[in-house]
Amino acid sequence: MNSNNDGFFKKVGKGIANFFKWIGNDFKEIGVTFAEGDWKTRLSFLIMGFGPILRKSFAKGIALLAIEVAYIYYMVSFGAAYIAQLPTLGTVETHMDPNTMLTVYGDNSFLILLFGLLSIFATLGFIFVWRMNVRENRKEELLIRNGHPVPSAKQDLLSLLDSNIDKTLLALPLTGIFVFTVLPIVFMVCVAFTNYDKNHQSPSKLFTWVGLDNFKQIFSFGGSQFGNTFVKVLIWTLVWAFFATFLNYFVGMAVAILINKKGIKFKKLWRTILVMTIAIPQFVSLLYVSKMFANDGLINSYLMKWGVISSRIEFWSDPMLARITIILINLWIGIPYMMLIATGLLMNIPADLYESARIDGANAVQMFFKITLPYMFFVTGPFLLTQFTGNLNNFNVIFLLTGGGPYQGYSDSAGSTDLLITWLYKMTVNDTNYRMAAVIGIMVFLVTAIISLVVYNILPSVKDEEGFQ
Amino acid sequence: MAKEAKMHKQHRGLSNAIAYVVLVIISIIWLFPFVCIVLQSFRSYATELGGMVDYLVPKQFSLDNYKYLFSDDCQFFRWYGNTLIIASCVAVLQTIVILCVSYALSRTRFKLRRALMNFWLVLGMFPGFLTMICLYFLLKNFGLTQSGAIPGLILISVASSGMGYYVCKGFFDTIPRSLDEAALIDGASKMRIFLTMIVPLSKPIVIYTALTAFMAPWCDYVFASYVAFGSSDNYNVAVALYRWVNTTDYQGFFTRFCAGGVLVAVPITILFMALQKYYVEGVTGGAVKG
Repeated sequence: MNSNNDGFFKKVGKGIANFFKWIGNDFKEIGVTFAEGDWKTRLSFLIMGFGPILRKSFAKGIALLAIEVAYIYYMVSFGAAYIAQLPTLGTVETHMDPNTMLTVYGDNSFLILLFGLLSIFATLGFIFVWRMNVRENRKEELLIRNGHPVPSAKQDLLSLLDSNIDKTLLALPLTGIFVFTVLPIVFMVCVAFTNYDKNHQSPSKLFTWVGLDNFKQIFSFGGSQFGNTFVKVLIWTLVWAFFATFLNYFVGMAVAILINKKGIKFKKLWRTILVMTIAIPQFVSLLYVSKMFANDGLINSYLMKWGVISSRIEFWSDPMLARITIILINLWIGIPYMMLIATGLLMNIPADLYESARIDGANAVQMFFKITLPYMFFVTGPFLLTQFTGNLNNFNVIFLLTGGGPYQGYSDSAGSTDLLITWLYKMTVNDTNYRMAAVIGIMVFLVTAIISLVVYNILPSVKDEEGFQ
Repeated sequence: MAKEAKMHKQHRGLSNAIAYVVLVIISIIWLFPFVCIVLQSFRSYATELGGMVDYLVPKQFSLDNYKYLFSDDCQFFRWYGNTLIIASCVAVLQTIVILCVSYALSRTRFKLRRALMNFWLVLGMFPGFLTMICLYFLLKNFGLTQSGAIPGLILISVASSGMGYYVCKGFFDTIPRSLDEAALIDGASKMRIFLTMIVPLSKPIVIYTALTAFMAPWCDYVFASYVAFGSSDNYNVAVALYRWVNTTDYQGFFTRFCAGGVLVAVPITILFMALQKYYVEGVTGGAVKG
């Protein structure tokens, strides 16, 4: 364990060293390009694509020039103003002019932050393209110097279907991920350092930077402070993820073994019955099940009718009972999935292992613990990890069954069965407490990252990716 | 010797009997909610109302609830259509995106490839709902909320789908590289290899990807309700049915919810069962490769 951690820090250190080495080399290369370059290349440092156009590599040159024009136009007409306002997030609040009684529209902190970040990213992207521009010039000059022809526009474009296919295939997905994942995440991480909540709603009100105040609040304990609720919710999230992962794992495996048992008929039928829960949309089945366990639901009604109980079992009002019920119902969701996976894997265990164990006189239980379980653990290690982190964020089950309740002894609209993720959702949608939602989001990230990192280092040697090919 | 074998047989018989009992109990537990939903959906709205009751088998069977769904008072089929449109578009586009990303990551070696994969891995650790309000305002800027909710939801689902390449790339990795090399020697471009060789060879994983992409929008309540807020024409079924169950008036709409649930679940279940083979292949492949 210790040595693994050492390994990890060494890796990080090496990564940082490599990064600076790479930056240094890059600057050197840019310098060399300028020093050894002709006037076309040198002018390209200012007007991108100038060199390629003069060397008749039109497609590349025009594309580079177009990017430069677009960037400058964007910054002048739009982006620069937002970047300038980033440090304050706006100074003029929307207000009523006392003289004219007209509404004066002020700054919109939300848009300033969003477009300010976008402009910063655009600038970083521009620097990257500029670097590409320098490199292309260098490449062409070297080609000419060695007496090779510069690739024509047609060759350039055709290479996008062949040697440069990765750029073609990744361009759109990368843009999508950038705009709809990276930008929003960076935005929300920034929100965690502002006072953006229901008292500072844009566009009518401004919000601004508050430093680490929100993080201080999450670690403020005592009484009904935010910190107490956070710790309670965090612990339940971890407990839930533990049970949801491992109970499903073992029971699901047991069911798979049961179905695959020698001499059991209608294997396909049993499997199909279980698999139906995967097929039917969860919001239908889980909403129904949640009503089934309600105070006036079917379960209580029948138990009372049959005289098993004299008063209703309040599945969703008692915190402990609600938690246990959720974990059990989650078995209903999770077992079929695990059963499918385990069935496939169990068949891969070499039969002669069992055969020789039987000859040695091992019974079924011994064989399970000595052969089946170690094999399964070895093969499904990474799967268990993803299951665990998935369960940390298992929104559907909690939200559709209890919605987070019952609510006693919690502040900030959290409830006894709330996971961090459902709490985050409620803070965003019901309370519009964006700053704390952002802090919780960062906490979820930290928890996930730490657990992944630790487990990943414990797992038996992570397989060599290239080895599969 | 013979006696031992007989005992062994008896033992096996007994343990099999227990196994059957357990399996039957499991089957009952797993099927029970579905049987309930179907039974309740046929309860007569006219004579027994639409609330929750303390008995399972309706006193009078009728098609009242289904008739309501088909009637003009109810937009159920509009919602159904919305969801169908979203699901179909997402299934097609998402599959294309994932195939492209998987091929690029599996078959080409570019400079920042490892860094990109690690970066996506880290991105994936942020909870999805964190970015909800930001996404909402982004969509609003493009006019893709409320009345534009359907294209908006499609865009959001497809835009970030490239990060879900794991299962598909894992499958591509198992296709021998010597096939690519042979085709390259014959003068095929990489695009051609991708389209005419790798994709056809990956039929099971293509179907798996499309199937999971198709099924996800049927359950999408959270973001769909946020984006379509207040514009009932643009709800999807999940949003609409959730509102039926959780309004203060849910007692009246409970059986209608059941009927709607049946109409949603039956086609999807049939589709799923028909393609079950591919689903199992994808799920087990993904689990082992992690």
